Order: sequence, then C-alpha cells, then structure tokens
Amino acid sequence: MYSDKVMDHFENPRNVGEIENPDGVGTVGNAKCGDIMKMYIKVDDEKINDIKFKTFGCGAAIATSSITTEIVKGKTIEEAQQLSNQAVAEALNGLPPAKMHCSNLAADALHKAINDYLGIDNEEDNDEDAHHGHDLGEECTLDMN
Amino acid sequence: MKKIYMDYGATTPVDKEVVKEMEPYFNQVYGNPSSFHSFGREAKNAITEARDKVAQLIGADIVKEMIFTSGGTEADNYAIKGVASALEEQGKHIITSSIEHHAVLHTCEYLEKERGFEVTYLPVDEDGFVNPQDVKDAICEDTILITIMLANNEMGTIQPIAEIGEIAKTAGVTFHTDAVQAVGTIPVDVNQLNVDLLSLSAHKFNGPKGVGALYVRKGTKIKKFLHGGAQERNRRATTENVPAIVGLGKAAELARKNLNRKREELIILRDKLINGIEEKIDHVKLNGHRTERLPGNVNFSIRYIEGESILMKLDLEGIAASSGSACTSGSLDPSHVLLAMGLSHEIAHGSLRLTLGKYNTEEEVDKVLELLPKIVADLRAMSPIYNQ
Repeated sequence: MYSDKVMDHFENPRNVGEIENPDGVGTVGNAKCGDIMKMYIKVDDEKINDIKFKTFGCGAAIATSSITTEIVKGKTIEEAQQLSNQAVAEALNGLPPAKMHCSNLAADALHKAINDYLGIDNEEDNDEDAHHGHDLGEECTLDMN
Repeated sequence: MKKIYMDYGATTPVDKEVVKEMEPYFNQVYGNPSSFHSFGREAKNAITEARDKVAQLIGADIVKEMIFTSGGTEADNYAIKGVASALEEQGKHIITSSIEHHAVLHTCEYLEKERGFEVTYLPVDEDGFVNPQDVKDAICEDTILITIMLANNEMGTIQPIAEIGEIAKTAGVTFHTDAVQAVGTIPVDVNQLNVDLLSLSAHKFNGPKGVGALYVRKGTKIKKFLHGGAQERNRRATTENVPAIVGLGKAAELARKNLNRKREELIILRDKLINGIEEKIDHVKLNGHRTERLPGNVNFSIRYIEGESILMKLDLEGIAASSGSACTSGSLDPSHVLLAMGLSHEIAHGSLRLTLGKYNTEEEVDKVLELLPKIVADLRAMSPIYNQ
C-alpha cells in the first residue's frame, strides 16, 4: 500500500532526534488520534540550518516527517513556509487516500516550529478536530478477523 | 529470509490432507447434489459425510442441525437476522456484548436502525469478560435473542458461555454464540455450552476459505436465509459448494483428532511468547485474561509507539502479525474491543496481536523474541512521548 519512497523513509528515517536549544519547536496531533509529530529547527541567517523530528505514529506519519526535514534543510524560512502537506505527499510519490489527512501533518508541524521561531502565536490546537473532520478512505481497512 | 506467519487469528493455511480430500470434488465428483443421478448422489453423500464430521467436532448429536454457509460472517448474519425475523412478533430486544466481531455488531446495528429492534451492548471487565449477571439483568419481556461470542478474536478471552447459556435457557431466550475463533482450537460442545445456535468458519482451523456452518438446535425458531431451491433443508438455497464443504469436513475431522495435543503445544508456545515479551520489553500490557484465553492468542499494548509501525517493521523482517491501531481498524478509532476493556486510545493504538497455530515452532517464537525488542526500541527512540 505504500510507495517505495515511503518505505525508504520509514526504514531509514532522516534527521530523527531533538535539537538542544532549538530556535523553534512545533508539535501537531495527539496520542488519542494515534499521531504526534514534533519538529525542532535551528535557524541561521534566515535559513533552516538544522532540523530534527520525533514522531509517534504509523508508517506514513514517520515517512512524511522524515522527508519534510530532508526537503527544508538548508532552505530559507520563506521557502519552508511554502511547503504544504500535499507537496510532502507528492514528494513521497503519493500516500494511500486514508493517510492523506490522518497522518500527513508534517508540514503543519514545520510551520508551527517556524511560527515559534518568528514569535507568532500558534493557534490553539485544533488538530483533533481537524483529524475527525475527515472520512477515511478504503485504504486502511485491515480488520482483525 | 525465512518468513514467520503469526496471524493465525486472521486465517490459516489449508492442511495438505484437506486439499487432497477436496481435489476429486472439482472434476471427478462434480455432480449437483440435488440431481437424481449417480453423479448427484455421490456429491450428496460427500456433503452428508462432511456434515457428520462437523457435527462431531462440536458435539451436535443431530446431524441435521448443521447448515453450511459461506463462512463465519454469513453464519452470524443468518443466526441473528433469522431469529430476529422469526420472533419479532414476540419481542424486539437483543442482548449482545460490546466486544463482538463486526459480523455480529453491525448486524445488530442494522436491526436497530432499519428494523426497529432494541439492542443492549453489555460491557466487559478489564480482562474482557462479560459478566453473566449482567446478561441476566438485561433480560426483559421483549428479549428474543442473546448473542455473545465464545472467544474474542483480538485478545482471546474465553467467555463463560455455559453459564450464560444456562441463564438464557432458564429465561427461555434463544442463545447464539459466535465460535469462529474457538472451534478447532479449544473443545466446543453445544450441549455443554447450552447454546441454540453457533457459528463456525473453516479457514480458522486449516480448512478452506469461503465455507462455514451455523449450528441450529432442533426446535429453534429461525426464518430461511436464502430463497430459491430446497438446499439445506429449505433454509439456505443455492447449489452447495461441494469441494469447500468436503474441505470443512476434513478440517473438522483433523481438528477433532489433534485438538488436545495441539492445544497443549500451543499453550506452551503462547506462554513462552507472553513471558518473553514481558521480560524483554518494559511498559507493555498483556490484553485479555492470562490463562482463560485462546491457546494461540498473544495481544500486547506496547506503550509510546503505534501499531502499524510495529507491523511494518515486523513485516520487513518477514514476520506477519496484526494490530488494533486505528490505521488497521479502518476508522479513526483504535480497536473497539480494547476500548471496551477500558484501555485509553493512546494505549490501544499501540496494540500488537500475534496469533499462533498449527505450523509455528519454538524457533519462530525465539526469533520474534529476538527481533521485537529491537523494533520496539527503535520506534521508541523516535517517539516524542517516550522518555528513557
């Protein structure tokens, strides 16, 4: 159900970990939904000098986190702000429909980390609502028979 | 890489002897069992023989009480809808549990939403047991059916069905049990269990997919399920799937012959796996009762990580397992069974089910015990909610 690219990032996730004294931290999701992503950024001369993540979640959650860090490392803050969840999914050669909404939040976590750096208040956590606003597709239906 | 299959709860490989038994019924004994001629009679005899073997496996003394179906889901649907339709003039209340398989739960929900029935979904305790007293208390004048599973597919807890059956019998309420996970792995006797109807499925005990049976005790009021020909004593029309039914019969015969030995072997492997996981991995919780559980069932919640990730890592190592995480349950919520047992969403997302069966070995258990702790450690190292 996952592309080779997703499997590659799941098996060999890039930039896992935390940054000591980060310039910005962003967290999305919650344990109730089964996905939490936390992004740490270090900014130097308006560029993302270093980025690390920690993720609790499914294969898609881990792969989207990993590729997001890879895409924006070395990019300017402005460029990183343009990155969308959709673009992250495309960079992974697509995600199963059911995963598009529930596990594809890495860009959101990045934006929160950037806002944290810029001193912009992150909006109150509506992640749970955002999660539950979407219907799941057929992709994620492995029942325990 | 040598693969390891530990998902016998999902399905099992068909036994070679079963395949061999089925083979002639595709193109040698191919008659329609309803036909008058010798081709038909031969096929009919094969069905009768299979019915007899299945009846013996579950202690049904009257062979005619067995209706072949397309599997466990159909047997559950037939039992519940068939009894509900036959008795709706008497009352429209059904009692079930909150941990049933969806084949039962969704059928009950259908009757509730579309047919005006009232359904009581009984809670379970932290080990996953239904309290028989709760069943007794829930019975009212309108109650026409009680349906409680014999053993749970996810966490393996075996329900006090004989006791609940006694309560149903005393109250004069028809009692159905979904025994799909139990038949072929633990001793099942319809008379000891006091059940009027029982569902079983061949592919859970090394028989073919697409065939099962519904036991219906003589005298139980139930409407016909499929309208058409007079097959299955006029209750389920359609030309019988003869090879599959023959396969079910053979699987039942083998299961009966090997039941006790296999059960003991599986319990040893199961407990080794349970003890090993508890020894080697911290922050784990065994789901389901420790001993009153299916011989092959192991179900753990592994804290701070998510089930699908564990399955993917295991799969990369060639190990097949399953999980009750939302990602594998087809909804945003994790397993309804684990939630009903009082687990939080977070802990339910990190569940791992390993189900052992006929061909598993101790070496395979050792291999899983060697690989799983590393997989868990890797995922925890990545988890923002885990602090070493």
